[in-house]
Amino acid sequence: MAPDLAGLLGFNVLAGIATLALITLGLGVIYGMMRIINLAHGEFMMLGAYTAVAASDAGLNIWVAMLVLPPLVVGLIGLILERTVIRFLYGRMMDTMLATWGISLGLIGLVSTLYGNVVRGVSTPVGSFEIGRYGASLYSLVIVAVAIAALAGLYLLLRLTKFGLILRATMQNPAMAAALGVSPDRIYMATFALGAGLAGLAGGVLAPISGISPAMGAAYISRAFITVLGGGPAILTGTGLASTLFGFINELVSFKTTPVIGDVALLVAAVLLIRVLPQGITGRYLRRSL
Amino acid sequence: MTPSPYRALARPAALSFLAMVASGVAILVGAPHILDTFGLVQMTGFVAMAMFALSQGFIWGYGGVMSFGQAAFLGLGGYAYAIAVMNLGDSTLPVLLAMAVPMLFAALLGYFMFYGRISDAYIGVITLTVSVILFQLVNTTSGSQYRIGAAELGGFNGIPAIPALNLPGDAGNQLDPEGIWYAAMGSLVLVYVVLRAILASRFGRVVVAIRENETRAQLIGYDPRLYKLLAFTISAGIAGLAGCFFANWGGFISPTVFGLTMSAQVIIFVLVGGLGTLLGPILGAVLIQWLTIEAGAQSVIDSNLGLGVILVTFVLLIPQGLVPVTRNLLLRFGEALGGRRMRAKPVGPAPGAALAGEIQR
Repeated sequence: MAPDLAGLLGFNVLAGIATLALITLGLGVIYGMMRIINLAHGEFMMLGAYTAVAASDAGLNIWVAMLVLPPLVVGLIGLILERTVIRFLYGRMMDTMLATWGISLGLIGLVSTLYGNVVRGVSTPVGSFEIGRYGASLYSLVIVAVAIAALAGLYLLLRLTKFGLILRATMQNPAMAAALGVSPDRIYMATFALGAGLAGLAGGVLAPISGISPAMGAAYISRAFITVLGGGPAILTGTGLASTLFGFINELVSFKTTPVIGDVALLVAAVLLIRVLPQGITGRYLRRSL
Repeated sequence: MTPSPYRALARPAALSFLAMVASGVAILVGAPHILDTFGLVQMTGFVAMAMFALSQGFIWGYGGVMSFGQAAFLGLGGYAYAIAVMNLGDSTLPVLLAMAVPMLFAALLGYFMFYGRISDAYIGVITLTVSVILFQLVNTTSGSQYRIGAAELGGFNGIPAIPALNLPGDAGNQLDPEGIWYAAMGSLVLVYVVLRAILASRFGRVVVAIRENETRAQLIGYDPRLYKLLAFTISAGIAGLAGCFFANWGGFISPTVFGLTMSAQVIIFVLVGGLGTLLGPILGAVLIQWLTIEAGAQSVIDSNLGLGVILVTFVLLIPQGLVPVTRNLLLRFGEALGGRRMRAKPVGPAPGAALAGEIQR
């Protein structure tokens, strides 16, 4: 393989891993902290992308429209949905999955009703650069940077702030945390909003490189679910390790065949993985990590 | 161990079973006399969805397995029938394939899921993911290079002009809409009877026991992995047969059968009708399908919005579903009238309590 082709492949693998980490993080936070699988995750991303479109159409700076507004708007929507629906269902794992699925359908329907079932787009704010004879999108570097920033920010939040400490304590032992004066209810509310906000961020960042339609969430959720499953209970380590493993497989297979076959390879890899490690990677290894 | 409570229980159950089969046969025979062809075709669509709902109701309500990607088996069955019948002409083998292909796929997938002993939530996520990926995969098969024998897969556009069922061995003699109605509704009654028989058998009782308490069933000596795998495979076969009738109903199949909306719809059918019943999924399917058609006549509100609102409402407010709620209301009504025969007798202490009591003694 020519060195420039290898360089391009390496760059694409890196971008693939970053994308996977970005689209998984919000799901991972909600699952890792609350043991809730949020089936509306893809629709939260969709709302983030629509926020970016609406904001940039309104003339806002494209970076603000992509990186600042979507997490705030979707985090707020997540907060409202947690207060009105999810909080009544804690401890009923199956019912939370069904309710979030209902929310997912409802959001698809709502956005279709408001905006129509058409594909929209935002133009990429940066150009491309060259690796030897091949052109590579500079925007992939933006995605890598945002993914690293999101992971690092979450690490710092959980490790260094008092809020993070309370969050981790509630995750480990809600009854003890409550006995010490923390309201687990509030913490769950904040966690759900945080997870929704991260999904919104992913949607906003990916808006320029995806076709934005009410049903766009479905294109991402299979990869995000598989990565959360493969990662296991530790949010950051799990998401990081599983994104690296699956992103690598996905990009290599996609490079040789098509992106859809890449997703199939991802699924097969995940099914084989959970046969060996039913709890995901961090269910067996690095269990005490964050 | 006195057999009397069981016998007392068995009689109303047998009566309701006979009543169900009798009304099923009455609808089977009566509908063609009452409805015109359009109504009959519409009813055939309802029946295909009702059978699909039965497959979900069996695996979820009795097996306790959260199969969230049941559409995968519906789609595999429909596509298997379409591809086979276009190649073979005679529809006998394709119908069997429509059941066998999803069953094989479910057995393979189920082996990895159940023998990996993953949690219920993971099973839900994996089955859901499988159906999404199948949808994407079949979506990309447009172009003449994707063909199996005489059948072109057609990608997003699907396979049109699928030959209808014919009498076994007589490929030239395709059934008309009325004939397909008899085949579909007859099969629905048959599937209901088979599921009732399964649930009354030793196998079915073990499946339900595992749903109630997996650890205890395992300690008694049953292997939950094997029983869940078998139940999952059976339900995939029923969903596949539903897919076959779905393909027959419109003479057309497209990747939307694998879609998330399809998987969500069947969950809603079961949830609205009643989890843990067989009548519930059937009624839920007919009710929701009818509502969807009524709502489809207006184009202001997207149908996904309606389905989502129904799903959230039922999870929050009526999680047990319409059939159990109605049954309880009727029983309470009967009790209020003082009819002794109608009274809902508590079926003794829960099995767990009895066991705990024996151990204490």
